[in-house]
Amino acid sequence: MLIPHPLLGPRDAQEFTYLGDARLLARPDGMAEGAEAAFYDYVYLRNNPAGVHRELWFHEHGDRSWLVVTRDTLTHDILGAELATDVVRRERPR
Amino acid sequence: MSRITGGVIDRGTTLSFHFDGKRYQGHPGDTLASALLANGVRLIGRSFKYHRPRGVFSSGAEEPNALVRLGSGARAEPNSRATVVELFDGLVATSQTHVGSLRRDALALNDLLAPFLPAGFYYKTFMWPKAFWESVYEPAIRRAAGLGRLSGEPDPDRYGRGFLHCEVLVIGGGAAGLAAALTAARAGARVVLADDDFRLGGRLLSESHDLDGVPAVEWVARAEAEFASLPNLRVLRRTTVFGAYDHGVYGAVERVSDHQPEPGDGMRQTLWRITAKRTVLAAGATERHIPFADNDRPGIMLAGAMRSFVNRWAATPQRTPADPVAIFTNNDDGHRTAQDLLARGVPVAGVVDTRDDAVAQGEYRVIAGATVTGTRGRLGLRAIKVTQAGRSEWVDCAALGVSGGWNPNVHLTCHHRGRPVWDAALLAFVPGSDNPPGLLAAGACAGRGSTRAALADGARMAAAALAEIGIAADPCELPEAEDSASPPQPFWYVPGTRRAWVDFQNDVTVKDIALAHQENMRPVEHLKRWTTLGMATDQGKTSNVTALAIMADLTGRTIPDTGTTVFRPPYAPVSLGVLGGGDQGENFRPRRLTPTHHWAKAQGAVFVEAGAWMRAQYFPQSGEAHWQQSVEREARAVRSAVGLCDVTTLGKIDVQGTDAGAFLDRLYCNAMASLKVGRVRYGLMLREDGFAYDDGTCARLAVDHYVVTTTTANAGLVYRNLEFARQCLWPEFDVQLVSVTDAWAQIAVAGPNSRALLERVVDGLDLSNAAFPFMACAGVTVCGGLRARLFRISFSGELAYEIAVPARYGHALMARLMDCGQDLGVTPYGTETLGVLRIEKGHPAGAEINGQTSAAMLGLGRMVSPAKDAIGAVMSRREGLAAETRRLIGLVPVDPAARLVAGAHLFPNGARQSLESGEGWITSACFSPQLGSRIGLGFLERGEDRLGDIIVAANPLEGESVPVRAVSLPFVDPTGERLRA
Repeated sequence: MLIPHPLLGPRDAQEFTYLGDARLLARPDGMAEGAEAAFYDYVYLRNNPAGVHRELWFHEHGDRSWLVVTRDTLTHDILGAELATDVVRRERPR
Repeated sequence: MSRITGGVIDRGTTLSFHFDGKRYQGHPGDTLASALLANGVRLIGRSFKYHRPRGVFSSGAEEPNALVRLGSGARAEPNSRATVVELFDGLVATSQTHVGSLRRDALALNDLLAPFLPAGFYYKTFMWPKAFWESVYEPAIRRAAGLGRLSGEPDPDRYGRGFLHCEVLVIGGGAAGLAAALTAARAGARVVLADDDFRLGGRLLSESHDLDGVPAVEWVARAEAEFASLPNLRVLRRTTVFGAYDHGVYGAVERVSDHQPEPGDGMRQTLWRITAKRTVLAAGATERHIPFADNDRPGIMLAGAMRSFVNRWAATPQRTPADPVAIFTNNDDGHRTAQDLLARGVPVAGVVDTRDDAVAQGEYRVIAGATVTGTRGRLGLRAIKVTQAGRSEWVDCAALGVSGGWNPNVHLTCHHRGRPVWDAALLAFVPGSDNPPGLLAAGACAGRGSTRAALADGARMAAAALAEIGIAADPCELPEAEDSASPPQPFWYVPGTRRAWVDFQNDVTVKDIALAHQENMRPVEHLKRWTTLGMATDQGKTSNVTALAIMADLTGRTIPDTGTTVFRPPYAPVSLGVLGGGDQGENFRPRRLTPTHHWAKAQGAVFVEAGAWMRAQYFPQSGEAHWQQSVEREARAVRSAVGLCDVTTLGKIDVQGTDAGAFLDRLYCNAMASLKVGRVRYGLMLREDGFAYDDGTCARLAVDHYVVTTTTANAGLVYRNLEFARQCLWPEFDVQLVSVTDAWAQIAVAGPNSRALLERVVDGLDLSNAAFPFMACAGVTVCGGLRARLFRISFSGELAYEIAVPARYGHALMARLMDCGQDLGVTPYGTETLGVLRIEKGHPAGAEINGQTSAAMLGLGRMVSPAKDAIGAVMSRREGLAAETRRLIGLVPVDPAARLVAGAHLFPNGARQSLESGEGWITSACFSPQLGSRIGLGFLERGEDRLGDIIVAANPLEGESVPVRAVSLPFVDPTGERLRA
């Protein structure tokens, strides 16, 4: 597979380490009320769809960026790749 | 000899080769199969199950029968298809699958037992008693069955690996492929043309008709000459594209030197990973046969293969030139073979055509509306029985060409789960609409197989592929070529009572398919597994579609309703050696050497692998017969004088930025922001699920600068997790990370004399306890100006330091410390001693922090700060982990001579030992020179409340049960006097 790195262009998937569901970006606040239940979901529940999926890839043998890659798990089509930092800043404004 | 004139072989050179010990001759351009046929050798092997005599059946990659062992000794390659083995001088081949001689195979007995060996025979027969399967049945079956045998010796050859990128990949160098490559290369695109064969041309080399009035071989030569002038085109001959992978990546194997006696200094094969924007698949087609009674005798082959042997290799399939040859066909292509045979002077006994209206297309006899219903000739065909309108006659012939139509080679179009579709007009599966993205099929593999159609299609598809990526191209001008294409009659097999082979390689007959049908193994997937149809090296290239048609006939359904044959990679067998690409032995993975590796080697150190690192395990001295003696000496030196150990392999991560402290507070379960500049703190990291996963020290060199150390094993993982936290969880923090593991050489200087030794190399720093106490750190210089980092930390429990210098000075610093410390008793020590010292001090390591233990179990529960959010903190307090009462304790055997083993389970003294009564386990054990006894660390239920108790450590594997006493940690220096001295 080739992953379209937003900074480096198409890179071979062998350069990356796969983590999984990009829901891991939404880490609960450990000091909030009900944190344990929120963490239970965060740690143990993952989406694993047959179809379009947003997942985390780490460019470990490259520039060490964490990417959010949108991939169709049925066809392996890659529909987009963004720096995880950009995704977090956009989706979780502080 | 059965060699005629003509052919694309170099008669000026003669090559000698051996088959089954006998010497033969051939020419450059021959394959092993063509050379054997030219020498009149027709019996080449025995079949897999019935040990029936077999000869060459095809002229290409689809060959089911002519499998030989190539070469000898460690280079012996079993199951080599004689039809694709390029002949070279000195080639040695041996027949397979027989006991005794090839002509008198003892296992031919299996053929007589055939009535008792139907499809599914193993499943039905060897079911009882159950225990016999592994011990009796399977070994016996494995001895009798199977194809060639491996040499069992290490592979002596080297394999390469390469990467190619192109705009257009053309797979196949026949008519369609050549036209596609010419079109794409002339347009200036970067083109890779990969062809299986050692000579470009594909079927053009096998046919007798002209292109633009010149022999096809000449037209191919002109195309090749043009290719040589085009720098943007790369031709890979002897290269099989075996798989289509994601995003335009194709796997290919180039047989670099398989056509030479030995690879010499070069590669045997190269694995190419080709990334193509577009691909033109021009893989051609494979002829299918028509099963009839006893259709597997040597001398019976595909009619198109016969044409190849005669036209390309000038080798005829009979025993002697006078022997007649017959054809059995359901289409016009069989007649073409008859015409070509006659043109080359080979007598044709007749063409048996299943079509009632068949007429001769030359001076030969046609038996229309007829079938072949039997054969004679045990080791080679002598006669065929021809049945026409209920009347039968025997026709003498030494060879029979069979043509049942052509199957497009759709294999690569299926590699992304694409399903071929049935073309009712062509009577064949053609590529569907779900090819791998970017792949266009052209020519015979797309069902457009006349020479004219293939050339036009190749040019057209290349232009279409280029248009998709924005490159304008005109299809190349096409030569005049034959354009006859007539589909076969839908005639699939000759019914009868005798065995008619469908899959030669796996000895699957029409009867076996009928039996599978009767036993309701009707879906093609079941049919395959019940009968083994389509398995092994040829993967059913000549049998799958025919079998499907027979099953369709039996079920009364259409072929597309019955099923589809789909294909997975690899297209043809690929050796594991080339997939490994030379990654074996010491090249299996990278080996990392510490900065003091060569120094340690010169000291005679014994090394141990720690992840990818090679670490000094111990330093044997003269007179030490056992590693234990070296380790005891090294450990005593640390406890009584001073020892040196390279600890560079521990991960080091520089953490810098105004938020570095706040960031590390989130990563460690304990506080780090509060750490004072110039101080070091022990830190524990948890996984988000609450379990401990790594520990180490964290030093604060400046307000905005920390250095985190990790264990050797987790250096990469911790760095990855830190980057995850920085980029994905808290991107708002001003913090930057860099792994500096390889940048700094770090040496532990441990023991009561360590201060005195360091004072001799550190420049002008007061190392007194008051000025530089336990857990102090500083940036310093050593040896007169070399920048260094000094940490007063201890893994051994002694007064100890770790000193880091830029990696390239590690060797020199080690040598300097050794020189300076002779009078102080300085001694290098390795990882074994490191382990002994840390067990004596009760420090947890990989066996204790193994991913299944919590901070509380390690006795570090109070480190998890409730006052802040940190990774794993919330989950570490969940019910299941909070209720965990096993605790890390020390263990000593009651009998000092008794053995302690890591992994032993702990039980209450006197209790029955069972899963339920288990109370923990021993994690680490060693002999402690300091205590003069074996000691261990372990987790024990309510361990902190049971100090002094006697429990039992059981090692059921060796039947050992040892009473041990639970003791408090550490074993040495419980008050920390030595540590803080």
